[in-house]
Amino acid sequence: MANMAQAIRLALHYGEQNLQVKDIFGEDVGMPLGGVFTATQGLDTTWNTPLDERGIIGMAMGIGLTGERCVAEIQFCDYIFNTIDLLKIAGNTLWVSHGNYNMPIVVMTPVGAGIRGSVYHSHSFDAWATRLPGWKVVMPSTPLDAYGLLISAIKDPNPVLFLKPKALLRVRGEELLPGEPTSEKTLKKMIDAPIGDRSKWKAQWPEMEELDISIGQGKITREGDQATVVTYGRHVAMCNKVADDLASEGKRVEVIDLRSLYPYDWQMVKASIQKTGKVLFVNEDTEVTNFGEHLAYRTTSELFYELYAKPRVLAGLNLPGIGLHANLEENSVPQVKNIRKEIDELLAEVP
Amino acid sequence: MSRTSTATSSRGKKKRPVNVATKKKKTTKKTAIHRSQQSPKLGLSNELLLKMHSLMVKSRVLEERLIKIYKTGDAYFWIGGPGEEAFGVALGLLAKKGRGPEYDYLHLHYRCTPTLVAMGMPMIDSIRLIMNKSTDRCTGGRNFSNHYCFPEWNVVPVSSPIEVQYTTAIGTAHVQRRTKSNGITIVTGGDAGSAEGDFASCLVWASRPANPLPMLITVQNNAWGISTSYEGQHGETTIADRGAAFNMRTRVINGNDPIESYKALEEEIYYIRRNQKPVVLEARLSRLFGHSSADGANRKQDQDCCIEIFEDQLLSAGLLKPADIQRVWSEYEAEGRAALEQVRGESAPQADSLWDHYYADGENGDWRKF
Repeated sequence: MANMAQAIRLALHYGEQNLQVKDIFGEDVGMPLGGVFTATQGLDTTWNTPLDERGIIGMAMGIGLTGERCVAEIQFCDYIFNTIDLLKIAGNTLWVSHGNYNMPIVVMTPVGAGIRGSVYHSHSFDAWATRLPGWKVVMPSTPLDAYGLLISAIKDPNPVLFLKPKALLRVRGEELLPGEPTSEKTLKKMIDAPIGDRSKWKAQWPEMEELDISIGQGKITREGDQATVVTYGRHVAMCNKVADDLASEGKRVEVIDLRSLYPYDWQMVKASIQKTGKVLFVNEDTEVTNFGEHLAYRTTSELFYELYAKPRVLAGLNLPGIGLHANLEENSVPQVKNIRKEIDELLAEVP
Repeated sequence: MSRTSTATSSRGKKKRPVNVATKKKKTTKKTAIHRSQQSPKLGLSNELLLKMHSLMVKSRVLEERLIKIYKTGDAYFWIGGPGEEAFGVALGLLAKKGRGPEYDYLHLHYRCTPTLVAMGMPMIDSIRLIMNKSTDRCTGGRNFSNHYCFPEWNVVPVSSPIEVQYTTAIGTAHVQRRTKSNGITIVTGGDAGSAEGDFASCLVWASRPANPLPMLITVQNNAWGISTSYEGQHGETTIADRGAAFNMRTRVINGNDPIESYKALEEEIYYIRRNQKPVVLEARLSRLFGHSSADGANRKQDQDCCIEIFEDQLLSAGLLKPADIQRVWSEYEAEGRAALEQVRGESAPQADSLWDHYYADGENGDWRKF
C-alpha cells in the first residue's frame, strides 16, 4: 500500500494529468529533492522557489487570480506564520470582491509533532487555519483520504489548506488507492526517486483514477454507543487504538475522523453525540482557543439537554513550543495514554 | 460648481489669472489646432494631450466629489489619489485592457482612481463604492473608497495592506511568462509601502535570472507614509536603486508631469513586453489632500498640482483656452453631481447579504448551517 507521501504525489500527478494543475511549487519541492518528505518527487510541473514564504503564498494567489490551478507548499507550517495576512486576503478575495474573483488555490503544509521536530518543526496550524474565513481546511489521516481529499482540494474553486500530518507521511495505508499497483515494491520502483544521481530519472506513473472524498464529509472509523471521540490527523490512529483497547473490555466508543475542519461534518458529529451523550474532542494544537473548543461550545449550545457528561477537549498544552526531548514532546501533546485517561473518565461519568 | 470655485478647492490658493491672461494672449495668435498634430513643444499629439488633460480633470473632480461625500457625512471614510493624475492617467491609457493573461494585470493600491478613470471607469462606480451601496460592483458595499476591482480589465481587488499587491503580482506575471502572452503585470504602491518585505519579495522573484517576470513595478513616491516623512524611512538614494541591485532596469521620473510620465511609461512598457523582463519605475509626485479623511483630506498648499502645471503648458502651447478648461471642469462637475444624486437613491446592502460570496458558487460558509 502507498504511504501518505506517495499518495499525495499520486494525487498531484492526477491533478497534473486531469485537473489542469500547471504549477506545484515551494522550497525544495522540485527535483532533485522533490520535497523534504518526498511528496513531490517526479512530477512534471514542480519547481523550486526562493526561500520566501510570503512570495510563495503571493505567487499562488496571483496564479489563482488568473483562474489557473496550482498547489503551493510551505515546507513546515512553523514557517507559515509570516504569511497570515496574505492567507486572510486569499480567504476574503471572493467575498470582498463581491464575487468577482475566485481564489482556486491549494496550499499544503506539514503540521504537528511526532517526529522529534523540536520547536520549529512541530507546530500545529489547525486552530489558526480555522480562523481564516473563506478557506477550506482539510487534514487526512490515511493515504487513501490524502489522495481523495487532495484531488477534491484541487478541484475546489475556493482556497484550500491541505494540512499534512507529518508523523503520518511515511505510514502506509490499509486500502489501495484507485489505480495503485498492488505491490508496494512495484509502486516504489515506479514513483520513488533513486538515491544518488536523479538527473536522468523519470517516474513511471500508474494509471490513477479519481477518488471523490467531498470536503466537509467526516468518517466514522470506529462505531460505538457509549462515547464519541472527534479527532483528525495523526490522532485518529491513536483514538482508534484506544477504542480498540476499550472494545476488548466491552466498552463501545465511536471515533469520528473529521477529515475536514472547515466546513466540518456537524451532522455526523451531532448524530453521534445524540446517540452516546458523551463526547471528547482530541487534537494537538495548543489548548487555548483551540478548534476543539469551538466544537465543544457548539455541542453545549445545541445538545446540552442530550448530554450525560460535560464535553471535553484534549489538546496540546498551551506552551510556547514543543521541546525536543521525548519527555518534553510526549508530555506536550496528547498521547494514547492521555486519550485513554480522558475516555475512561468520560465513560465513568454518571449524570 | 463653476470653474472658479473648482480652482479654489482643487487648484489651491495659487493666483492664476495673470498667467492665464498671458497665455491667452499667446494663443490668440495661433491658427486652428488640429488634434492629430504633434505638439512640437510637448512631444505628444494634440489629441492625446487634450485627452490626458480631460481625464486628469475628470479624476480630480471625482476625487474631490468623493471627499465632499465624506465631508457631508455620506461616507465613513475617504482615501484616494488626488495629485497623482499625471502618472495615473498615463498608466491607465497605456495598459493593455482586457481579461485574462493576454492582457495586462493591474495590482493597484488605493490611490489609483486616475488609472481607472483613464481605463474607462464611470464616475458612478467610484461613488457607489465610497457610499457602500449594494450597487457597488467592486465590493458590494464591503470596502473603502478606491478599493477597486474590475475583472473585465484584470484589475484585481485592491487591499488596504500597503504591500501585499507586490507579492500577488508575481503570480499573474508568472502565468503570463509561462503562457508567453503579450500581457504584462503592473503593480503600484507608495514609497512607504516599499519598506515592507513584500517589495523585496517582488524584486527577488521578478529578477531571478532563469525566470525573469514581465512586470512593471512602480512606486508612486509622494514622500509620505501617513505622517512619516520620506527622510524618516529611506536611506537609499532612490527607491528605484533597489531594483538596480537585482540587475533590473530602473527609472525615476517626475510623476507630476503627464508628458514625461506618458513617454517614460510607454518606453518601459514596450521594453517589458518585448524583453519579458521587469522594470522598477519610481514616480515622484504630490499628495494633494493628505493621507486620507483621517488627517482631514484638506488641500495641501505646499504640494505642486500636476493639473495646474499641465494646464499652464497647454495654455502656453495654445492647445486650450481658459474657457475650454472651464468647460471641461464644469462638465465633469455636472457628471459627478448627477452620479451622486442617482447613487443617493440606491439601496444599501442588507444583512442577509453578509454570507454571500463566502465560497464560490453560492456554497454555504456559515457553520451554523453545516
